[in-house]
Amino acid sequence: MGGSGMNWANSEAFWAMGGYGFYVWGSYGVVLAALALEVLQARRTTRRTGQILANELSDNQTP
Amino acid sequence: MVLPWLQYASPQRFYGLAGRLYPLCFVLAALLGLAGLYLGFFVAPTDAQQGEAYRIIFIHVPASWMSMVIYGAMAFWSALGLGFKTRLSGLMAQALAPTGALFCFLSLWTGALWGKPMWGTWWVWDARLTSELILLFLYAGYLALTRAIDDPRRRDQAGALVALVGVINVPIIYFSVKWWNTLHQGASISMTRAPSMAQTMLWSLLLVTLACWAYAIGMALYRVRSLILVREHETAWVQDLVRVRQNEWEAVA
Repeated sequence: MGGSGMNWANSEAFWAMGGYGFYVWGSYGVVLAALALEVLQARRTTRRTGQILANELSDNQTP
Repeated sequence: MVLPWLQYASPQRFYGLAGRLYPLCFVLAALLGLAGLYLGFFVAPTDAQQGEAYRIIFIHVPASWMSMVIYGAMAFWSALGLGFKTRLSGLMAQALAPTGALFCFLSLWTGALWGKPMWGTWWVWDARLTSELILLFLYAGYLALTRAIDDPRRRDQAGALVALVGVINVPIIYFSVKWWNTLHQGASISMTRAPSMAQTMLWSLLLVTLACWAYAIGMALYRVRSLILVREHETAWVQDLVRVRQNEWEAVA
C-alpha cells in the first residue's frame, strides 16, 4: 500500500514520514476513526428512530 | 410560483430532498478527500523547515475551518428560527452540532500532534488554542442543553440562544493570531517558498476542505431526517410513511 509517488522511495519511507510517522498517522488515523464512528452512530440513531416509530404504530393498531 | 424552492421549508418535502441529497454528498466527500490527500501526500513536496510533519496541515486546517463554519451555520439557522419561526431551522442547527463538535475536537487533536514535534509541546494556553477549546465547550454545552430539554419549542429556543451568544467566539478564534501574540502561526500559512509548492499545497487544502464541507452537509442532511420524524411523528405524513415502512423498520434490531 502507498509509497510509490515521487515523494517516497518505498512504502517504508511513506509510513515513516521522515521520522514523524507517529504524529502524521496519529492525526489522520484518529480523523478517519472519528468520522467512521460518527457515521455508525448516526446510522444507529436513524434505525432506532424508525424502530420506535414502527413499534408505536403497531401498539396503536393492535387494539 | 414565487420562489419555488421555498416548498422545501416544509419538513415533509425536506425529508425527501435530504434523503436524495445525502448519498451524493458522501460520494462527493470521498472523491474530493481522496484527490486532496493524494495531492497532499504524493505531489506536494517535503517542507524545508518542518519535514514531513507539515503534512498534518491538510487535515488540521480544514477541520479547524469546519469547526468555525459549522458553528456559524448553527447560529444562522438559529437566527432564522427565532426570527421567522421556521419549523426546520432548529432541527438543522441540532443536526449540525455533533459534526461541528467532532471537527472541533479533531482540530485540537491534530493540532496537538503537530505542536509536539514542532513546538515541543502538546498544548499551550495561547489565544488561538484556548479560544478553540472554548468552542469545543460551547458545542458541548449546546448538545447537552438541547438534549436535556424535551419540549420542542423550548429546546429550539434554548439551543438558538447558546448558538447566537457563542458565535461571538468564532471571529475571536479567527483573529486571535492577529490580536494576541500567539505561539500558533498567523493566518498566512507561510507559502512564500517556490510557487509550484504553494500551488499544490493550496489545491490539497482546498480539496480536503471541500470534502469536509460535503461530509458535514451530508451528515447534517442524514441526521435531520430522524429529527424531522421525531418532531413530526404525530402528523399524517409521518404516520403514513411509518405505515409504508413498518416491516422494514421494525425488523432492524
